[in-house]
Amino acid sequence: MVQLLTPGGEVTDPARLPDPETQRRLYRLMRRARHFDERAWVLYRTGRMGVFPPYGGMEASQVGTAAALTHEDWLFPTYRDTGAALTYGLPIPQTIAYWRTSPHGWAMPENLKVLPFYIPIATQYPHAVGAALAEQRRGTQNVAMAFIGDGGSSEGDFHEALNFAGALNAPCVFILQNNGWAISVPTRAQTKATNLSRRADGYGIPGVRVDGNDVLATYVVTREAVERARRGEGPTLIETVTYRVKPHTVADDPSRYRTAEDTAGWDEKDPVVRLRTHLLAQGHLTEAEDAEIVREIEAEFEAALAEADAYPEPTPAEIVDHVFAEPTPALRRQRAELLAEEGQ
Amino acid sequence: MRTMTMVAAINDALALALERDPDVHIFGEDVGVMGGVFRATDGLQSRFGTDRVFDTPLAEAGIVGMGIGMGLAGLKPVAEIQFAGFLYPALDQVLSHLGRYRHRTRSRYHLPMVVRAPYGGGVHTPEQHADSPEAILAHTPGVKVVIPSTPRDAKGLLLAAIEDPDPVFFFEAIKLYRSVKEEVPEGHYTIPLGQARIVTEGDDVTVICYGGMVEVAQKAAEAARAHGIGVEVIDLRTLVPLDTGTILASVQKTGRVIVVTEAPRTGGFHSEISATIAEEAIDFLRAPILRVTGFDAPYPPFTSIEDAYRPNPVRVAKAIRKVMAY
Ligand SMILES: Cc1ncc(C[n+]2csc(CCOP(=O)(O)OP(=O)(O)O)c2C)c(N)n1
Repeated sequence: MVQLLTPGGEVTDPARLPDPETQRRLYRLMRRARHFDERAWVLYRTGRMGVFPPYGGMEASQVGTAAALTHEDWLFPTYRDTGAALTYGLPIPQTIAYWRTSPHGWAMPENLKVLPFYIPIATQYPHAVGAALAEQRRGTQNVAMAFIGDGGSSEGDFHEALNFAGALNAPCVFILQNNGWAISVPTRAQTKATNLSRRADGYGIPGVRVDGNDVLATYVVTREAVERARRGEGPTLIETVTYRVKPHTVADDPSRYRTAEDTAGWDEKDPVVRLRTHLLAQGHLTEAEDAEIVREIEAEFEAALAEADAYPEPTPAEIVDHVFAEPTPALRRQRAELLAEEGQ
Repeated sequence: MRTMTMVAAINDALALALERDPDVHIFGEDVGVMGGVFRATDGLQSRFGTDRVFDTPLAEAGIVGMGIGMGLAGLKPVAEIQFAGFLYPALDQVLSHLGRYRHRTRSRYHLPMVVRAPYGGGVHTPEQHADSPEAILAHTPGVKVVIPSTPRDAKGLLLAAIEDPDPVFFFEAIKLYRSVKEEVPEGHYTIPLGQARIVTEGDDVTVICYGGMVEVAQKAAEAARAHGIGVEVIDLRTLVPLDTGTILASVQKTGRVIVVTEAPRTGGFHSEISATIAEEAIDFLRAPILRVTGFDAPYPPFTSIEDAYRPNPVRVAKAIRKVMAY
């Protein structure tokens, strides 16, 4: 398993470490992602956010991977990957709107190649292969990155996508976040396999296993996979070994299926703390700079929240909008019905 | 008799089935320790063991496909698909195999399988958790479709479905899991598939519905009664086999029909009902058959406007006024 920084903040492989500037960037992105996760919980509890799948503790897995992309590349996130989407560049107001179930969160920005969070498991993996192929056929060097969970890697679509990507040499980076659980089912009950990165072997593509709580490692490994794909050398599967410390969603009660011992020890592997310890020790960050980063992030979020609060509520007629480019006669009738209802 | 919610009645039926028949096996995503996301299988694993009640890997095609093999080899598989909106990865197995084994082996093999799935809206679930895909199944030859609307029916119909020699889809309205309670008989009983239930009798209008729409229709019927209009509400209980006898007898009496469903409008099962009535009872009709349905759009994940998608008593009442005034 690739690891560059131990849980105690010790560097294991100085030669592969990204430069200090990149380290600081990753730190900031992780803090920003964590802040969103923490605020989302509070907003949910006060009725200002819908059901939200938390990712707190998995920031290194999402930030290190997504940070290796540019806006020319594609991102196919699952519901769990708000941290990856924010890192890629999805604006915070829209992200808030998405989890508030407001249509403003579904209108993806024109300048980004990110799809709305995927709810059905694994179905987006073949889409990523298709997008990657399209880029390749158009002669670009852009890649597609897709996320999945350990549970999701049991679905047929996951296997078909890996096989297609290998056979067609598609420039894809497949991130398999192994966070130990698929709702109540632990990975050991999900599969007899103990090293999910080796699933790549069956399709003749490289598989990499990385410490998913070590952002420097996830970043370096993903950068390498992205560069391989850009060079035309095909897809890579990266298994980020992490842990879902939080419940499956804010509405889930994990005490039904997991014990405190199951989770014990993982808090110490906190990816944010790990990098912070390292940066402070190396003199790449001071306490004062850290406090400033947090202040900026908080201010950014509050401004974004205000922007999201200002989005108007949808009206019922929006139910039938955006079904076809041209509404069918039936849809036009149905829209009129909805408008008539509203008028009353 | 015990007062139960629908989810408790379903749990009771599953426990009885496991107890009565060693061939019954329950499996799916999170059905074991967790007892299912809606707790329909709560406590069953600890009572009947991990061989009889077990979590599968996360793969719907695998769940249905494996169940087909279990059924072929003599077991009675009862699979849970976590939400009907996640049945789609398994549709290949359903369409290519589940519905045709009896036919393609000239009855040498048959599939006594039940696939349970929560369906429908009204409780603000996330995207794709509120679909009503029953028409896709009803259009697939060789599978039966059952959709209960009360705890008592849920128990009797589920036991009948498990005992049925052919594949049955059993859709459970999420909205009804915990919102309705009624007295449910203790012990084993079945309600035959293919028999509709007359919920309220009336002479003026027939409202045909099932699952989550029954309580909506009932409320509209009550409001109409206050205006002196007699509404006969028919709960189909099963779409396949369809109880055309009960439908036609009611239509002959009232001459006015409204079909209510939360599925999208175009090509839905409600259209099948309307066509059947048009074929068999057109001479009795005094007004056009009206459909009150969802819209030809994906079920909206937008909480604040979700309720405008799903038919409500006001929309049904409006249809009642319209057929009365025709
Ligand atoms: C096709 C499909 N089946 C079932 C579900 C319900 N469901 C949502 S999340 C989940 C578990 C996913 O686990 P995993 O892939 O490990 O990802 P994680 O949530 O742990 O990040 C399930 C079964 C779904 N969304 N889509």
